Amino acid sequence: MNLESIVAECREWFADPDFSRLRGHLAATGEHAVGLFPVYTPEEIVLAAGFLPVHTYGGGNLVEIDHADSRIQSFVCSICRSTLELGLTARLDWAEGFVFPSICDVARNLSGVWTRNFPDRFAAYIHFPEKDSIPAARQYLRTEFARLEHILERRSGRSIRREDYHRAFAVLNEQRKLLRQLYTLRSEQPWKLTTLELYTLTRAGGMMPREQHIEMLRLALAEAGARVGKPQDRIRVVVEGSFCEQPPLDLLMAIEDAGCYIVDDDFLLGQRYLEQDVPLAGDPLDALAETFLEAGVPTATYRSRRPRGPALVEKARAARADGVIFCIAKFCEPALYDYVLLNRELEKAGIPALYFEFEEKANVFDNMRMQVESFVESRLLFS
Amino acid sequence: MPPDFRFQGAGRHLQKDMLGDWFRALEGAPQAGEPVAYQMIGGNVAELLRNFGYHLVFPEVNALQCGIKHASADLLLKAEDLGYSPDVCGYVKNDIGLLHSGNVSPMGKLPPPSLLVCTYSGCRTYIKWFEALAEYYQAPLFVLDVPYRRVSDLSDLAKPREEDIAYVVAQLEELITVCERQTGRRFDMDRLREDLARSQEAEDLWAGIMDAARHRPSPIDAYFEAVFFMAPINVLRGSEACLRYYRQTWAEIQERVEFGLGPVPEERVRVVIEGPPPWMRFRDFWDMFKAWGVVAVASTYVHVGGLYQAGVRHDPLRPLESMAEVCSNAYCNWNLELRAELLHRWVRDFQADALVIHSVKSCRSFSVGQADTREHFTKDLGIPTLFVESDLVDGRYFSAAQIKNRVDAFFERLAHKKLVEAGGAA
Ligand code: SF4
Ligand code: SF4
Repeated sequence: MNLESIVAECREWFADPDFSRLRGHLAATGEHAVGLFPVYTPEEIVLAAGFLPVHTYGGGNLVEIDHADSRIQSFVCSICRSTLELGLTARLDWAEGFVFPSICDVARNLSGVWTRNFPDRFAAYIHFPEKDSIPAARQYLRTEFARLEHILERRSGRSIRREDYHRAFAVLNEQRKLLRQLYTLRSEQPWKLTTLELYTLTRAGGMMPREQHIEMLRLALAEAGARVGKPQDRIRVVVEGSFCEQPPLDLLMAIEDAGCYIVDDDFLLGQRYLEQDVPLAGDPLDALAETFLEAGVPTATYRSRRPRGPALVEKARAARADGVIFCIAKFCEPALYDYVLLNRELEKAGIPALYFEFEEKANVFDNMRMQVESFVESRLLFS
Repeated sequence: MPPDFRFQGAGRHLQKDMLGDWFRALEGAPQAGEPVAYQMIGGNVAELLRNFGYHLVFPEVNALQCGIKHASADLLLKAEDLGYSPDVCGYVKNDIGLLHSGNVSPMGKLPPPSLLVCTYSGCRTYIKWFEALAEYYQAPLFVLDVPYRRVSDLSDLAKPREEDIAYVVAQLEELITVCERQTGRRFDMDRLREDLARSQEAEDLWAGIMDAARHRPSPIDAYFEAVFFMAPINVLRGSEACLRYYRQTWAEIQERVEFGLGPVPEERVRVVIEGPPPWMRFRDFWDMFKAWGVVAVASTYVHVGGLYQAGVRHDPLRPLESMAEVCSNAYCNWNLELRAELLHRWVRDFQADALVIHSVKSCRSFSVGQADTREHFTKDLGIPTLFVESDLVDGRYFSAAQIKNRVDAFFERLAHKKLVEAGGAA
């Protein structure tokens, strides 16, 4: 399999609002799946319980919001509405239940809308502690995880053993390690792997059987590494702010086509939410809670140990970026608030930034492309 | 000859004086070298902070005051100039606009914080807001992380899970240490118990005042009037003045019951109201309802600081635990299932004819799910539900003609339905 065909295969998994590949897989294997709303959803527990964890990212530009309109208003982010739309049109009926993290008021309340509209399936809500300064926070997170464990066990009818956890941790640690390697490859030699390819490879990995995905990632790494080519005259940018609702694929391409290499980003962050491996020793839920509090990736939706302003500056510097592009989902309040403070921090550090908002359902990007082009020009002139 | 009322309006005057005193003390704090703590209404821990001599500032209250006094528009634009999106909460923008314009609220000059206590109960915007304040003031930020209330037991809606309480208590203990370190004062448990005892008594009275709406006609409008009655329980709770206020108001309400006084000349429709008010057009909004003889007999907004009417209380015998329970039971910290259950009970217990939902763009914590709640109430429960949209302080989202049309159409239909039902029964 060459890289192009791996990417094409990956794309089939998610570029389909009916989830046909996923359904085919579940039907063929008899497996059951659980849906995860972004960003922080402990897929480890879902996998250990014997379910396929499926990261969902709304309907993108593939569904019309029709039924969800009467339940959620138009000033709410699109992913929330389109996720409900998928549910109301039975496109998520493969899911035994859904897990919602405490990322924002929208996600919190969506969990309630879910409970009412889909009473035959579970809706689990997890409160991630906004503290890491006291031991009680870790204890609390562990209790939250244990609650999810209990819900999953009731659903599957079997209890999760320590070995199940360790197997799940090992698999997901490996998957995240390979993703990090792909990210590093793109950052170091972005002409070898486009952002669209990296994105496609990553996203499919949130849906398909993880072992299968790991094999694909290994192949992809080898293939991309072996590509020849030479750097083009583009600027290096970090894209920030699309951790939850996802920008349309054409938008990603437009950014790169306008003269950028995206060398770091926060797309699909929930699939890369731990910056360290979960240890395979000790009590599994303790280990998971501890890893989250120690190494949960900072975003607008969680107060992690590392302050986000300096973290973004550090990220931009580590990526040797010429600038940062804020690419924020319309109505995504956490990202919109953070933008103001992050931008101040970038200004202090002398890192130029560009700001725009997108909606997942958009399909015209001329305006944005022009903005990126002039940003690129100004950077090229400047450097 | 009209009877000689002893208590009518007394509470209002008292409140004005109390809030005036509060702000005068606040303005003097920097000169007196006294510490100032900022906190949110939802989940607030006023008694604990006063234990260390902190003066208290509530950024939400400043924002709503600006709204009522029609001072928000420029402040919102100011914040938007700083980079805040038109799509984020107007309270935050109002406050940040204020901070960047000299920080003089309609009630007085605001002192800068010595400590920011983000009581995160019910709204994640709180955290984003306080992170910004921490940056602008360069002040220390303490987050009191209160887990979202999920259903544990429908027989006692206000009972949080044990682990939630244990977690919040651990943080209150941490907060005590932080305050001790900052102020150099020792925590005084006896004083806390005394304050909590006063809080508890005031809460009993306040809940009783709200429950008086069970009378027909109701002596109180549990929304349009109660949003003013709620101020002391949120900002001065635990003080002698607060207790005095609720004793006074209780007497006022009793007198209204005795003389059959109510908020409208003739009560024709009883409603439960969900959602915050449009402060910048408060009077206009109320008039639309008054015109139909509508009285709110219960409302959720007045419980954003604590659901005392649902039985939550501070308790001097269980000081930190009961504080944690109150923090957990701010209305917006309830998930939708709990909210819907409460609304449904209120409609039944207060014999309401309808549910009114005022959905504000600013506040996703309230508004996400309200449209679904409307579906539930109209389709599953058969309760007539009016749904109108505007905002908290941003006049750009208040379309008076459109709202009035909806209000009129709804109550006309409701009146017709009542007539038909009355005819059918006869
Ligand atoms: S896009 Fe933003 S506002 Fe919407 S659910 Fe995700 S984090 Fe919340
Ligand atoms: S979103 Fe709602 S609860 Fe939160 S600060 Fe704004 S008005 Fe208050």
